[in-house]
Amino acid sequence: MKHLFGIAQLSREQIEYLVNLGASFVELSRRSVKKAPTLRGKTIINLFFENSTRTRTSFELAGKRLSADVINISASTSATKKGESLLDTGETLAAMQPHVLVIRHAIAGTCEFLADYLPDTSIVNAGDGAHEHPTQILTDLLTLKQTWDSPQGKVITIVGDIAHSRVARSHLLAAQKLGYSVRVVAPKTLLPLAIERFGCEVYHDFDAAIPGSDVLYMLRMQTERMTSSCCFPSIREYHEAYGLNRRRLDMAGKDCVVMHPGPMNRGVEITSDVADSARSHILDQVECGVAVRMAVLTALCGGGQTEPVRRSRKREQAEAAMKAQGKLL
Amino acid sequence: MMDVLIHGGRVIDPANGLDGIANVMIKDGCIAAVGEGKHKAGTEIDASGLIVCPGLVDMHVHLREPGQEWKEDVESGSKAAVAGGVTSMCCMPNTTPRLDHAGVIRQVIERAGEIGLCNVHPIAAVTKNLDGKELTEMRELAHAGAVAFSDDGMPVWHGGIMRKALEYASSFGFLIIQHAEDLQLTQDGCVNEGWISTQLGVEGMPAEGEDDMVARDIMLTRLVDARYHVAHISSKGAVELVRRARNEGLKISAEAAPHHFALTEEEVLGFNTDAKMNPPLRTEEDRQAVIEGLSDGTIEIIATDHAPHHEDDKRCGLSCAAFGIVGLETMLPVSLGLVRDGMLSLPDLLAKMTSNPAKLLNLDTGTLSHDAVADVCIFDPEATWRLDRNKLFSKSKNTPWHDKAMTGKVTHTIKGGRIVFEHGTIHA
Repeated sequence: MKHLFGIAQLSREQIEYLVNLGASFVELSRRSVKKAPTLRGKTIINLFFENSTRTRTSFELAGKRLSADVINISASTSATKKGESLLDTGETLAAMQPHVLVIRHAIAGTCEFLADYLPDTSIVNAGDGAHEHPTQILTDLLTLKQTWDSPQGKVITIVGDIAHSRVARSHLLAAQKLGYSVRVVAPKTLLPLAIERFGCEVYHDFDAAIPGSDVLYMLRMQTERMTSSCCFPSIREYHEAYGLNRRRLDMAGKDCVVMHPGPMNRGVEITSDVADSARSHILDQVECGVAVRMAVLTALCGGGQTEPVRRSRKREQAEAAMKAQGKLL
Repeated sequence: MMDVLIHGGRVIDPANGLDGIANVMIKDGCIAAVGEGKHKAGTEIDASGLIVCPGLVDMHVHLREPGQEWKEDVESGSKAAVAGGVTSMCCMPNTTPRLDHAGVIRQVIERAGEIGLCNVHPIAAVTKNLDGKELTEMRELAHAGAVAFSDDGMPVWHGGIMRKALEYASSFGFLIIQHAEDLQLTQDGCVNEGWISTQLGVEGMPAEGEDDMVARDIMLTRLVDARYHVAHISSKGAVELVRRARNEGLKISAEAAPHHFALTEEEVLGFNTDAKMNPPLRTEEDRQAVIEGLSDGTIEIIATDHAPHHEDDKRCGLSCAAFGIVGLETMLPVSLGLVRDGMLSLPDLLAKMTSNPAKLLNLDTGTLSHDAVADVCIFDPEATWRLDRNKLFSKSKNTPWHDKAMTGKVTHTIKGGRIVFEHGTIHA
C-alpha cells in the first residue's frame, strides 16, 4: 500500500489486516514504556489545514510510539485556500523527503490531487472535506472488534449531519465491503441526494431507526461546511428530533453501544448522561485511534530497513531535459 | 487575392439544402460558383473524400481579451477557431473591463480585424458590469457591432430586470442570451448534484437550478413577446421546457455544447478539474435529452462555450478549480459523433454549426450561396487522431479530451477566400 486515500480503495482483506494489526498495537499503548522501534529513521509530517485535536494527536502519538520522527504543521486554511499554494506547500514539504504526509484539508480530493505531484511520498488522508476519513472507520472497527467477533450482519445507525460528514461516507463504503448495514438518520436538509445508492436505509424519524440497531453513531453538526444556515431551524429543535438522550437509549437493545467520532457537542447531538454512560465507547474509540494509526503507518512504510536515498522525480525530469539539450553531461 | 478551386469534395451547404459532390469556385474572396464546372484557379484543393461546408459559426466563446490575456486573447482564440474550422465566433462579455461599452466592443472587433483569421462578433452585456442591476445601452452597443446580449457567466437572475431586458431588447429586435442558473439553488456547487457529488463529498448544482430559470424566462418571453436564447442547455427539464415553448410558437431558441452531449458527470470522478464546467456535466438521462433535443430540432445550435483557463486555475481541488473547458478545436470531431451514432444527418449537424446560428444572429455568413463571402471549412470525417493538449492553438489546455481518440479532422479553413489554416498550419 503506497497511500491511504480512503476506504474506497481498500479491499475487505486490507481493512481486516489493518484492523487486526491495530489490535496488536492496543496492548503496546497500555504498557508503561510505549515505544517500539518499527519506524525508526522514518519521517512523518502531519499537515493539517483544518483544526483537529484528536486526529492530529493520535497520528503524532502513533508515529512517536513507533519511533518515527514526527513534525506537525497547522496551516491556516484561509492562506492556502487556492490549490496552487496547496500544491506549493505539498511540494515544499515533499522536497524535505518525508516518508509519509498525513493530510487533513477542507477540500474533497486533496490527497489524490497532491499524490499526482508528489510521486515519492506516501499520503494518508486524515479527512478531506466531506469526502473520506478512512482512519476513523478503521478506528471504529477496531473499537467494535473488542465487543464483536465480526461486524458482519450488524447494524450501525448514523445520526445527524450526514451531508457534510466524511465519516458517514467512509462508513457507507466500509459497510458494503464488510457486510454490515448502515442506517442514516437525518432530516433531508442534512442528507445528500441519492445517499440510498450506498445501500443504506434512510430514516427521518430517529425513534423508528433505534430498534434493531447495534450501534448508535452520533455525528457533530459540521456548521463550518454548511453553505446555508437553514439546514435546521434551531439547536433546540434539532436536539429534540435527533439528539440521543436516555429515553432513546432505553429504546435500544441492551447490547447496543454508543459511538461518536468527536468532538462532541453535549446537549446537542448527545446528552451528557448518555455520553458518560457505560454504553458509550467514545473514549475507547480515541484509544483505538492511536493503535489503528500505528497500523496504517506501519503498513505504509513497513519495517525498519533503510531504503536507498530517493531522488525527486522532478529533479530527474529536469536533469533529463538538460541532458537532452546538451547542458549537462 | 488568389482564386481558389476546391474540387471533388462532398459539398454540404445546409442553407441551400445542398449535399453532393461538387466543385466550389472562389473568386475575389467570394463564392463564385458551386457545381460541376471547373475553372482554372491559382490555388486548387483536391477535396476528394472530404467534406466541404461553410466555415463554422460558434456563437459562444470566451476570448478573455481584454483583461485575462494569459488565458487567451483574440489572436490565440482566432488561431484555435480556424484550427477547428470556425470562421465566425461570438465572444462573451465577461472580460475586464466588461463588454458593456461601445469602445470595448469596437476594440475587440478591431483586434480581430488586424489578426484577420476569424470573424469576431461580440455579445455585449445585458446589464452594466454584469451586475444584474442596470441595463446597458443596447442600441449603441449594437451599432458598435454587438450581435446579441448576455451576462453569460452570470444569469440575469432578477425577474424584474430580466423582464425589462427582454422588453427593451425586443423593441429593437435584439436577442437576449441567458446563462440559466438559479444561483440560490446552485450556491457553492461545483458539479451536478446527485449520486456523483454525494460520493465525492462536494457541493452539487441541481439541474432544477437550470430548469427553474428557463421556466421563468419562458413565461417572461411570452408576457412581453421577446426573443430569448438559452445558452449551453444541459438538463432534461430545460430541453423539455424549450420544446414546449417552441411548439407554442414563442421566439425561443437554445444551443448545446459538445461536452453536454458527449460526456456525463462520471468524468469528474477522481476529482478531474478538466471536467468541471458550468452548467456541469450531467447524468446520462440529461445527455440523452440534449441529443434528443438536437435531433428533433428543439436545439438548433451547437456552440462550444470555449472557456480557456490557465493551469493554475485548474491544478487544485475540484471545489476551487475554475469552471470551463476549451472547445473550439474539438467542436467538430466531438459533434461528428452524433452522426456516427445515427442521431443526426451530417447536413443537419452542420446546419447547427453554420446556417442556424448565422440566421439567429443575422450574420452574413454560414452559407456557400453565390456571392457570399467565401468562408469555408474542409474536413476529413473519417480521419482519426489523438488529441494532445500541448498541441492546441489555444493558450489554455483545459480539455477533458486530452489523449483521447478523435474522428474527423479539419484539413483547410478558408476565410474571405484566403486559406488561413491548412493541414495543421496557420497562415497568419
